Amino acid sequence: MSLWLTMLAAGAVTFAIRVSFIGLAGRFSAPPWFSRMLRFVPVAALTALVWPDLLVTAGAIAPDPARLGAGVLAALVAWHTRNILLTIACGMAALWLFQWVLR
Amino acid sequence: MSPSATRRAEFVAGLVAVAPLAAGSVPFGLIYGVLAVKAGIPAGLAIALAAIVFAGSAQFMITQLVAAGTPGPLVVASVAAINLRHALYSAALAPALAHLNGAWRAALAYLLTDESYAASLARFEGAAAGPHRHWHLLGAGLGLWLVWQLSCIAGVTLGSGIPPGWSLEFAGTLTFIAIVVPLLRARADWAAMTVAGVTAVAAQALPYKLAIIAAAGAGMLAGMAFDRRDPR
Repeated sequence: MSLWLTMLAAGAVTFAIRVSFIGLAGRFSAPPWFSRMLRFVPVAALTALVWPDLLVTAGAIAPDPARLGAGVLAALVAWHTRNILLTIACGMAALWLFQWVLR
Repeated sequence: MSPSATRRAEFVAGLVAVAPLAAGSVPFGLIYGVLAVKAGIPAGLAIALAAIVFAGSAQFMITQLVAAGTPGPLVVASVAAINLRHALYSAALAPALAHLNGAWRAALAYLLTDESYAASLARFEGAAAGPHRHWHLLGAGLGLWLVWQLSCIAGVTLGSGIPPGWSLEFAGTLTFIAIVVPLLRARADWAAMTVAGVTAVAAQALPYKLAIIAAAGAGMLAGMAFDRRDPR
């Protein structure tokens, strides 16, 4: 039961975060500096999730060679092809290859 | 797309734009289901959570926290921290959605994810605004929602049939890489990425995923600082 409550609270918090500015839209206007800052949101926020995945292992700054190698290779594929599926496919293939080689 | 695109054309364009991202979410959803069951979350709740929270990284983190026996309030606080970036997506989209009624806004807010935002970003940045472009966001959001629910259900159902050794959770990381890299256009974008990445790693020991908030904030400030020096 308490697990259900936790999950419902997590859902409510997530919805509140997502609806925040959309819900208030039109009732105030954001200052120009704020609008300029928003351009950097996807890059900054998603990088904040990606780098620890590549460079942190079990709570310590210790790159897992297979994950770091696959991540860098996927970034190169993304840079050259701009193809999302190809990036994910190459990254997973590289991860499995590196894990197998480094086993 | 022309400004006069119909609702249907916008909706379909949103579906098409999110399709590769939705496909990339399948392995992530599968491994979420497997880990949720392993963490001791009842199957029904694990499936419901995909609809209640509808956020891959947050769901993934919840399975880790529940497996570690984390108290409920701390789970909720960590979910808030990891999802706070959605408030900024919300802010970026708000001006373009200001003319919509409450039901539309609530629906689009519920469906707002990294993937749907990334899929519709170009449609909302572009000059050719169009009166129906919120249908693009709806198409991207609903397309991803459906694929995500099915993936999570499949993961919960298949359970131990999927070996954790396959590291399918890495598909989530790769999806974010595929979104971020094409956005690195100016030096300011590179600055935002570098500072956010270094901060996230350096601060990773902070509790409740606060490192994510610190890193996103530092990255955005770095981008702004470079933007001013680098007029385009």
